[in-house]
Amino acid sequence: MILGVDVPPVSHVTIWGSGPLGINKTAVIYIFALVMTAVVFWLGTRKKDALVPSGLMQNTAESSIGFVRNQIIMQTMGVDGLGYLPYLTTLFFFIFFSNITEILPGVQFPANARFGIPLVLALVTWIIFNDVGIARQGPGHYFVNSVFPPLGDMPLVGKILMYALLAPIEFLSTFIIRPFSLMVRLFANMLAGHLILTTFAALTAALWAAKITVIIAPLSFALLVAMTGFEVLVSFLQAFIFAILTAVYIDISMHPAH
Amino acid sequence: MVLLHFLLAQAASDPTKGLTAIGRGIVYGAAAIGPGIGIGLVVGNAITAMARQPESAGTVRTTMFLGIAFTEALALFGFVLAFIISG
Repeated sequence: MILGVDVPPVSHVTIWGSGPLGINKTAVIYIFALVMTAVVFWLGTRKKDALVPSGLMQNTAESSIGFVRNQIIMQTMGVDGLGYLPYLTTLFFFIFFSNITEILPGVQFPANARFGIPLVLALVTWIIFNDVGIARQGPGHYFVNSVFPPLGDMPLVGKILMYALLAPIEFLSTFIIRPFSLMVRLFANMLAGHLILTTFAALTAALWAAKITVIIAPLSFALLVAMTGFEVLVSFLQAFIFAILTAVYIDISMHPAH
Repeated sequence: MVLLHFLLAQAASDPTKGLTAIGRGIVYGAAAIGPGIGIGLVVGNAITAMARQPESAGTVRTTMFLGIAFTEALALFGFVLAFIISG
């Protein structure tokens, strides 16, 4: 159940199963990700007074924070957004650690391939960007800026027609599709990657077992190895994209188009 | 072996399951057309921008990933929908 040594039936994509106290493999991986995130940053930030970082943990923690600061926050929100550094760093590393178990030998399952926790993370992001928008712009302005984007110079009739078309789309895309697509993007990417790895692993085994097809088994195996490498990239990229989209949404709420 | 057994078991049961499988294939395949073209445009233009102005490659790359993420979402909706469809 916990170790990834057998190929479960495909129905397990929707029937999740559970263990004692409802703790199944997914939950164990999430606890692992939580502990890893906490341990890396707790050990890495113990020596606050040291001006020169030393040791593996402190270097890891400081360069990670530097990465989130320079690549995620400064690229989207600018200096205004530095207050969201703790949230975005935690988000990035929690998602990364629960993704990377996809290629961890013996586990080989990304916890984010089940949409429970991605949904919660997307809802937290949804609450944050709405809260920032309401706090920064006031409820009325926030709603108007989100639903009626500025159109520039245009005759009144054109504006009315455009808004009749645009307002429902903007409303749907800002308040409903945003959290939904955040959730689906993470969950479906990880599920797809996991299914590809499982398919090629099972295919290699099936080709190996039959007498003649053993000739083409190495091809399937080679693709399995290549896809495993690709999934490392995907695990990182999905964590990065979740964090940077959160930053972009907060940025849009903070600095409306005008 | 497991996959083979699974496929054989699917084939042996009633034919509506086969139709469901075809439907799933069509749903995902159709959902992948638009995003395929879209991601091609996004990445192609990003490469053009990076080649013309290598010093702005960092910014372009970040924006490119954002564009890919937005475009890719539609294909992933199709992927999820293919699982949701049941015969």
